[in-house]
Amino acid sequence: MLSRVAERIYWQARYLERAENTARLLSVFSTLLLDLPPGTKLSWRSLVEITGTDQAFDEKYKQANERNVMRFLLLDSASSLLNTLQNTRENARTTREIMPLEAFEQINDLFHYAKDNALDSISGGSRHKFLEEIISNCHEISGLMAGSMSRGAAYSFVRLGRSLERADMATRIIDVGSGNLLPDIGTGAKPAESNEPYENTLWMNILRSLTAYQMYRQHVKHRVNGEDVVRFLLQDDDFPRAATHVLTTITKVLKHLPNNTKATKQVNKTLRIIETGNISKLLDAGLFQYLDDLQVEIAKIHTSISDTWFLPHN
Amino acid sequence: MRVNWKTYNSGKFFDEIISSPGYARKPARRLASHLASLTHDELLEKKRAADLAIKTMGISFTVYSDAGNIDREWPYDIIPRIIAEKEWDQTSLGLQQRLRALNCFINDTYNDQKIFKDKVIPKELVLDSTNFRKECMGIKPKYDVWAHICGTDLIKGDDGQFYVLEDNLRVPSGVSYMLENRRVTKRVFPELFENHRIRPITEYPAQLFDTLAAISPRSSDYPEVVVLTPGAFNSAYFEHSFLAQRMGAELVEGGDLVVEKDKVFMRTIDGLSQVDVIYRRIDDMFLDPKVFRKDSTLGVPGLFKSWVKGNVALANAPGAGVADDKIIYTYVPEMIKYYLGEEPLLPNVESYLCVDKVQRQHVLQNLDKLVIKPANESGGYGMLIGPQASKRELAEFARRIKADPRNYMAQPLISLSTVPILGERVVEPRHVDLRPFILQADKTHVTAGGLTRVAMVKGSFIVNSSQGGGSKDTWIVGDK
Repeated sequence: MLSRVAERIYWQARYLERAENTARLLSVFSTLLLDLPPGTKLSWRSLVEITGTDQAFDEKYKQANERNVMRFLLLDSASSLLNTLQNTRENARTTREIMPLEAFEQINDLFHYAKDNALDSISGGSRHKFLEEIISNCHEISGLMAGSMSRGAAYSFVRLGRSLERADMATRIIDVGSGNLLPDIGTGAKPAESNEPYENTLWMNILRSLTAYQMYRQHVKHRVNGEDVVRFLLQDDDFPRAATHVLTTITKVLKHLPNNTKATKQVNKTLRIIETGNISKLLDAGLFQYLDDLQVEIAKIHTSISDTWFLPHN
Repeated sequence: MRVNWKTYNSGKFFDEIISSPGYARKPARRLASHLASLTHDELLEKKRAADLAIKTMGISFTVYSDAGNIDREWPYDIIPRIIAEKEWDQTSLGLQQRLRALNCFINDTYNDQKIFKDKVIPKELVLDSTNFRKECMGIKPKYDVWAHICGTDLIKGDDGQFYVLEDNLRVPSGVSYMLENRRVTKRVFPELFENHRIRPITEYPAQLFDTLAAISPRSSDYPEVVVLTPGAFNSAYFEHSFLAQRMGAELVEGGDLVVEKDKVFMRTIDGLSQVDVIYRRIDDMFLDPKVFRKDSTLGVPGLFKSWVKGNVALANAPGAGVADDKIIYTYVPEMIKYYLGEEPLLPNVESYLCVDKVQRQHVLQNLDKLVIKPANESGGYGMLIGPQASKRELAEFARRIKADPRNYMAQPLISLSTVPILGERVVEPRHVDLRPFILQADKTHVTAGGLTRVAMVKGSFIVNSSQGGGSKDTWIVGDK
């Protein structure tokens, strides 16, 4: 397989996964906002911060209200849902000689759907349906690839792209719960009693944004609480979006690729950091820094994949 | 309202489906009567289905414009064009004959130059062509074939005969649209297929692969064939990707290839892997910055030398475009007689060479009646349609012809035949041409039909998709 093709397939899978995650994030957080009391730190602006686009947002908009934030995240920002889908399509368009024919047709359709409907989905009513439609189409496309692609190099790069995006998303979302919104948790002080129901709501929605709520409930018998959620999302072996699970998947995929030593080493290093993380201690202090370090290691996995298999970028 | 052939009128032009008001030509009778059984709304419904299918299937082409490059959906008209099998078989022989002669000519030009010595074609005319590559002198590609893939543009005149308008020997495109048009017609008009015996066109990608595999320098059952594209921003990128996919070949860009020890390799996830045959869809001048344009980032440094040394095959070979010049075109009937000792089966359109003093005089005196074409432009650019031109344009072309006579030729304005298209309110006649594709290596193949391009604007002769032309599925039909 051509290095360039490997790279585009990888990015196509990453963008597709990102589109799905973005759609779910927007969907979950719009409902979460309805549940939280006035005066909470969580605001529309938080959504911009989660996606790491606050600077670009401020350059464009004065006010972080629902309409502006949604417009920005659905349409305007460089990493908006629409642009993410366009990137998915562009990478699919330039690998259509390798990927199943229907995969491109569906990605193409999805992009056109988003393009035609995004503007009308900025405000509440139609937004939910729009995001649901995006999510279910992303599932369909992933399912199509899983069901029709041989387990060769092309599919390996699909899995690498998807898994790495999931690892990135998991750490990003935990970051949200730990620091940004209810700062009490990360700094070690006990949350005020009155905050407790909201804390639960927050963690529940964090689980939902990674489709993890149901599986978490089956797996963890306690009531929803920060420590268990963080542990589940970082260290669970079986949940498909948990960091440990996706990184283990990556190690399995790498076994089938040539010259895999460098990438495998980096993944194992990252896995060790996760496995040895003492969640309850970290929740008292240092979770923020820990997640930050983890994200750096995840970025290094990408670099090692890129250095080994993709075209050199001059 | 149903389609009414009695009110369909192509005026003085030869219509391929209706011979006189209300009467269909024999091969098109079933189609005509089927269309007449449908209402216009039913047809419009099919058109909408077709437009949707094209959007979903991502059949697109790129238009370059000031506002950036736009990926546009491929324009397609749902009414197929019908050509009788017998007529096509004859045409097909003529096309093969033509390509064989053209290849003899290219090979002769770069080797013995007998045709110049025998004074059949003036040597200067050929060596002056902007598509002549002196770097190719003395090279003999496998089977002496330089142009492996040719797209020849045919038109039907008032007499209903096919004429050759031009031969495209550099990087002719359109074949993917020919194949996709058929796929769309099958989706939206399946019932039509029941009443006809239509020659299938699906073998093309396999024939193309066989042609390319045949010129591989290494004898191997599985030569590594790649399609070299300028990239996703090229207007024909859809086609490059389409053909690579259908042939199971890698689609590569210049940056994917590297030359080491005069051999060509592609960069893969396993390291370097040798390439045997390159179906290149970039122009000669961009192929190799070491030999041609130094600023080319699309090509591969060292590629030309690998080809000269016989370590890699290029299709079409560099320099093949020398026979694609519109001036050289006028000599093709002579070439057929000279190299093959045969009479041409397909006539050229009558042409005047501006480089010849007498003919130039005639052209300048009749500018307003002629079509003036530059020798080396494609896509319908840079030409003048005399009868539709303003005084200023006529004067401008007279000046250009006098300044550079070698670069211009003229043809009478040919009345392109018409076929029906589905308009907003009625079915109306529009002008068409046809681009069949001919392959040559150890064997020759001709597509069953080709890409029909249609001028969607009433009265227009401009069929190029970049200038608002559309296309049609083209059927070679047999007697039942």
